[in-house]
Amino acid sequence: MSQQTIITARNLDLTFETNDGPVHALKDVNLDINKGDFVSFIGPSGCGKTTFLRCIAGLETPTAGEISVNGMTPDEARRARAYGYVFQAAGLYPWRTIGGNIKLPLEIMGFDKAEQSDRVKRVLDLVDLTGFDRKFPWQLSGGMQQRASIARALAFDADILLMDEPFGALDEIVRDHLNEQLLQLWARTEKTIAFVTHSIPEAVYLSTKIVVMSPRPGRISDVIESTLPRERPLDIRDSPEFIEIAHRVRDGLRAGHSDDV
Amino acid sequence: MKSVLPILTVIAAILLFWVVCVVPMNMHLVADQAQRDALVVTPDTPAARQDYSGVGLALRNTHLIPLTYNYVRPRLPSPHQVAGEMYKTIFGQRITSKRSLVFHGWVTLAPTLLGFLIGTTLGILLAVGIVYSRVMDLSVMPWAIVSQTIPILALAPMVIVVLGSMGVQGLIPKSIIAAYLSFFPVVVGMVKGLRSPDSMQLDLLRTYSASKSQGFWALRLPASAPYLFASLKIGISASLVGTIVAELPTGARAGFGARMLVGDQYGQPLVSWAALFAAAITAAALVGIFSVIERITLKRMGMNAS
Repeated sequence: MSQQTIITARNLDLTFETNDGPVHALKDVNLDINKGDFVSFIGPSGCGKTTFLRCIAGLETPTAGEISVNGMTPDEARRARAYGYVFQAAGLYPWRTIGGNIKLPLEIMGFDKAEQSDRVKRVLDLVDLTGFDRKFPWQLSGGMQQRASIARALAFDADILLMDEPFGALDEIVRDHLNEQLLQLWARTEKTIAFVTHSIPEAVYLSTKIVVMSPRPGRISDVIESTLPRERPLDIRDSPEFIEIAHRVRDGLRAGHSDDV
Repeated sequence: MKSVLPILTVIAAILLFWVVCVVPMNMHLVADQAQRDALVVTPDTPAARQDYSGVGLALRNTHLIPLTYNYVRPRLPSPHQVAGEMYKTIFGQRITSKRSLVFHGWVTLAPTLLGFLIGTTLGILLAVGIVYSRVMDLSVMPWAIVSQTIPILALAPMVIVVLGSMGVQGLIPKSIIAAYLSFFPVVVGMVKGLRSPDSMQLDLLRTYSASKSQGFWALRLPASAPYLFASLKIGISASLVGTIVAELPTGARAGFGARMLVGDQYGQPLVSWAALFAAAITAAALVGIFSVIERITLKRMGMNAS
């Protein structure tokens, strides 16, 4: 596996001006993400994990510091459509079929019709929704809708997948299943994934690298390189190795919290 | 079908109230007529009768109560009189006749539809401008609101007279008044509708680096559909009211407004009432048509009609 760095953040700072005064959302964030990594960001709410993801996506502009994505600024990377973004809610358009929703980015990016249909079929296969292209969102369960939204993010073949608590609203059984599927998808597509979560088992199960963050101001308190193999059955969560990593994550979260609990 | 029973109940209540009111409203007129027809009336002079309320007079002359329902020029006609007049003028006349309510209905309906078309188009264009341009948001919206505070009854004759002096008559002036009333709900509804996509949906389009026009056609416009239909239903009935108002003070010879005025001026209340009900039924039918289109469209768009 080549260790090519594709996302770099150096001394990143972001302050929001609000009516209650400035909010220090990110302070002095340094991080490298390598090609093919699965990086999870975990921390309590207000720790800046989503904000950092939005900085990578060029949806927020840092007040200071540098960030590069594929050697470009995040804004350039966004214009170059370098990443697919999956939000907390599926956000499918109710007036479009599942196929139509997946075609949305393809239409906007100007793919021709035949190519659009091919890609819809391919990404629906990838997320196990084969044959659902003509269904409307309301005909699908929450988990299926979120899978469709992942398919939508995959449709235009960006190398990077940014996911902001995509399974946060789903129940645990569905979440386990989707986690397993996501790992398979990651293995098959060799994408680089940045994944925001506040579930420790989810972070440990999925990631090659776990970034623990703490709030006020939002900062990185620990970066844990996972020693788990890339091939991970669900029962790996009972292994001593898994439990040890989970412990370290929990310790990191506790350390970040000690000043205000 | 579940909604039929409540509607019928309300209609029955209104009819009952109406029927009860007919007696006191017409009692004095009926008593005067009865005296001329040499019937027994107490008290027996019109001046003395003025001291009594309609109810009081009816209680003293219960034998006259049936007559209040069939008086020729009543202050308040009874339901069957209005229904009879409507039947006579809708089905009993050739629709090209000046005594046909269908003829007058079309004279009112044509400018209503044209005005609604103008008003809706203008409303949508203004809403798009307001949503996409901060300058328009700050400048147009206050004027749109002010425009609706000017009494249309005062404005309508001015518009008609000014346009008339420029040689514009007939359909167009009435359509302009109708458009003036119907553009506003469309502006308000469409601004809200075009702004209804949440920040997540807008961010999603930004991650695709979509252009403004792509965002409009793919997201904002379809998302505004439920708001548009709500506005269209208000707009079409406002448009009909606008047209009738435009017919009232300007000596129009045809149309529902003209019929209402003629009925008042020539002491033919039945004509006024028939026109009034015909206008109400027309408005209800127009709103009903849009409700059906709304339900079908939103269902096909996977959204639930409210």
